[in-house]
Amino acid sequence: MTALLELEDVEARYGPVHALHGISLAVEQGSVVAVLGPNGAGKTTTLRAISGTVRRSGSIQFAGRPLTRLGPDGVARLGIAHVPEGRGTFSELTVWENLRLGAYTRRGSVQSELERVFTYFPWLSERRRQQAGTLSGGEQQMLALARAFVHRPRLLLLDEPSLGLAPVLVAELFRIVRDLNETEGLTVLVVEQNAHLALQAADAGYVLEAGRVALSGTTADLKADDSVRRSYLGY
Amino acid sequence: MRARAPALASLAAVAALLCVLPFTLGDYNISLVAQVGVFFVAVLGLNILTGYTGQISIGHGAFMAIGGYTTAVMSRDHDTNLVVTMLMAFAICFVVGLLLGLPALRLSGAYLALATFALAVSVPLLPLQWSKFLGGRDGVEASRTVSNLWLYGAAWTASAILFVLAWLILRGRVGRAFRAVRDSEIAAVASGIELPVYKTLAFGISAAYAGVAGSLFVLATNGFAAPDEFGIALSLKILLGAAVAGLGSLWGVLLGAAFIGLLPTVSSSVPVIGSSHGQDVVFGAAVVLVMLLLPGGFAGLLAQLRRLKRA
Amino acid sequence: MTQSAAATSATRAVGGALERLPPPTSLLLVAGAAGLLVGSLRSEVFAQLTVQGLALGAVYGSLALALVLVYRATRVVNFAQGELAMATTYIAYQLIKWGLSYWEAFFATLAIAFVVGAALEVVLIRPVLHRSVIAAVIVTVGLFILIDGVVNWVWGGDFKFMPSPFGTKIYHVGGVSISRLYPGMFVVVIVSVLLVWALFRFTKLGLGMRAAALRPAESALVGVRVEWMLAIGWGLAAVLGAVAGLVAQPSQFVLQPTLMQPILVYAFAAAVLGGLESPAGAVVGGLAIGISLNLVVQYVPAITTELQTPLAFAVILVVLLLKPSGLFGHREVRRV
Repeated sequence: MTALLELEDVEARYGPVHALHGISLAVEQGSVVAVLGPNGAGKTTTLRAISGTVRRSGSIQFAGRPLTRLGPDGVARLGIAHVPEGRGTFSELTVWENLRLGAYTRRGSVQSELERVFTYFPWLSERRRQQAGTLSGGEQQMLALARAFVHRPRLLLLDEPSLGLAPVLVAELFRIVRDLNETEGLTVLVVEQNAHLALQAADAGYVLEAGRVALSGTTADLKADDSVRRSYLGY
Repeated sequence: MRARAPALASLAAVAALLCVLPFTLGDYNISLVAQVGVFFVAVLGLNILTGYTGQISIGHGAFMAIGGYTTAVMSRDHDTNLVVTMLMAFAICFVVGLLLGLPALRLSGAYLALATFALAVSVPLLPLQWSKFLGGRDGVEASRTVSNLWLYGAAWTASAILFVLAWLILRGRVGRAFRAVRDSEIAAVASGIELPVYKTLAFGISAAYAGVAGSLFVLATNGFAAPDEFGIALSLKILLGAAVAGLGSLWGVLLGAAFIGLLPTVSSSVPVIGSSHGQDVVFGAAVVLVMLLLPGGFAGLLAQLRRLKRA
Repeated sequence: MTQSAAATSATRAVGGALERLPPPTSLLLVAGAAGLLVGSLRSEVFAQLTVQGLALGAVYGSLALALVLVYRATRVVNFAQGELAMATTYIAYQLIKWGLSYWEAFFATLAIAFVVGAALEVVLIRPVLHRSVIAAVIVTVGLFILIDGVVNWVWGGDFKFMPSPFGTKIYHVGGVSISRLYPGMFVVVIVSVLLVWALFRFTKLGLGMRAAALRPAESALVGVRVEWMLAIGWGLAAVLGAVAGLVAQPSQFVLQPTLMQPILVYAFAAAVLGGLESPAGAVVGGLAIGISLNLVVQYVPAITTELQTPLAFAVILVVLLLKPSGLFGHREVRRV
């Protein structure tokens, strides 16, 4: 069975600087996959390569369709939602407008999608007229996530969702992600510095180092691996 | 404009050519080449500002106006030696440029373009206001006119002197500071470059050059300094010349000056387009095409050709 | 959206906008409006000048809004906006000569303007924008000259007679006689402006355009076709310019290539005064300049009609030097 997302020998660069030196990974439909590794390993770049926000080469297949010729908007239209590092919220627009943008690629009424999202984030409903920039960091992160959900994506790309969030909110966030994965079969690829959290929420993982895949396997395998335990889990 | 052995050869070639030309061309053509010399000075000045410190100016016609009126008024009222008036134009415009460079520090990009645009249109209107001193609509006439040959000599001598001056300034510390400012203001400040000093200095130098060009320009138009001569079209021409010239090449500035100096004449002899409106069409189309097709101006084109030759 | 919901939305938007203004600006506006009202009640001439000023100001504001639209979308100051508006007016003139009625030509021209504006962005601006904004600005300058040349070439520089839809009826309001022209101009422009505003505020497309102008990278991630949004922005700006051009000279029935040149200056002044990033500022700025110029020329003997343009330039220079972000704008942080 082919995976929902397949990367083969993907290279990416920022101008003259090579960030990815041939990444190969696969994400099965309905699974949560974590991407771990130290700073500068190329985790964020991997997500950017998928969503088309960085120059890349190699093979990237999504449900059998190649992504390499598409730009970010094309990738979004195929059903991939990328929540970037730094959230990517439109601070100048209202909460409601941010959510509405999440559903940009959907035709017709989005009212039902918004209602659905409000069940997961009830407090957003009260704040819909508030300017997104006036929300706290944690709230903006939740807003970014909510916006991705409105999109009803087939694949969710999460970049460092726990960054700058209080532990309580982080736990809440991952709970929602897992919930959506279990109830709606949402496939998730999450980049996380916090290896503990990531391995708890995920089914499988990849460890990146210096632009290459150093290790991969199910979370059980990774948790049992000595180097992972020492470098990323701290014991 | 970096110091390179080959550049000396091209300099010598240009100088030799310019010395020989007056003997081979008719009077009318001499006046044309002289005009190119006038534009050379102006484009060089603007290049220093835009090319080297990245500050855009659509207002250099205003500085030319100031320089031109200086020459005309000093000649009319005091019969001052014309070359001396050019030096005065240089000095006065340098100061004015410095003064204008100060408020310009607060503006950037589109805002600076707008401000200089407003300047370019307003300054030529000033003589209408102070018509007693500045001649009003009819303008000011210098006390003597010059022959085309004299103009040719003056224009290209001034070009040579000012080119060497520019070369000296740009290769030294000042030039490096200018380039640092253009490439990244924040980095420049971080490395200790006093931004306001260099940006204002660039304005002053650039304006001074335009002032001299203005003096020559007035002499080229029969010694008349009139508001209509210095309208926005002139500023746009200089800007176009600098854009066409590109950066860092003597040939580029030369070609840029030739482009704006000769284009009107060339286009007026094209059959269908003949009229003055046709000239506008050609000029406007030329601007657009040059910006689309020649990213680095002529200098960029030449650099590309050089790279191709080497490969 | 139901009518009442739209009205409530609109009122809330205006109220919200007023709230967001820095106190001196809103005070200035209120004081200005009060002054105009008092003056109009006391003097017939004043009232007429105010009405006329509002009409002219609406035209300036429309072109200013076009400039702001283009600037927000692409960071380019479009020096050719006025000439483009003039060219589309000539197209309307030609359509009428070929037999269309005024309003048929009017709407056809708007459609043509949209296409031309969008095409310009795609063909001439976008390739150059990748390199630098300055290069794009120079292209607009070239277009200024090119369009001026083409119009002069095709139609000639002499006066053309253009019918006006407003007729010569005179209204009498409270003892003041007002020609039908001015309210007519005002209404046409303000309706267009409101329609564009509604597009931006209430439609998905408008939201996409706003997002693309604010944050192109993030917009692409949610599926907004940023490049199309820019082209549409230019198209809409051209439409606003076309409206301005079409009503610019209603009283004189006269069309000439230099039609929009002074208006471009006033539009620049209005856009700068209101803030290059502020659509509301552009419109309010336009009205303010229209009224002020009219009143100043009448009541200040030193300022003649010829000095209107230089005066507008003085406004541009002063505002750029004192508060570049304009009355409605927020301070651009540029430390260094």
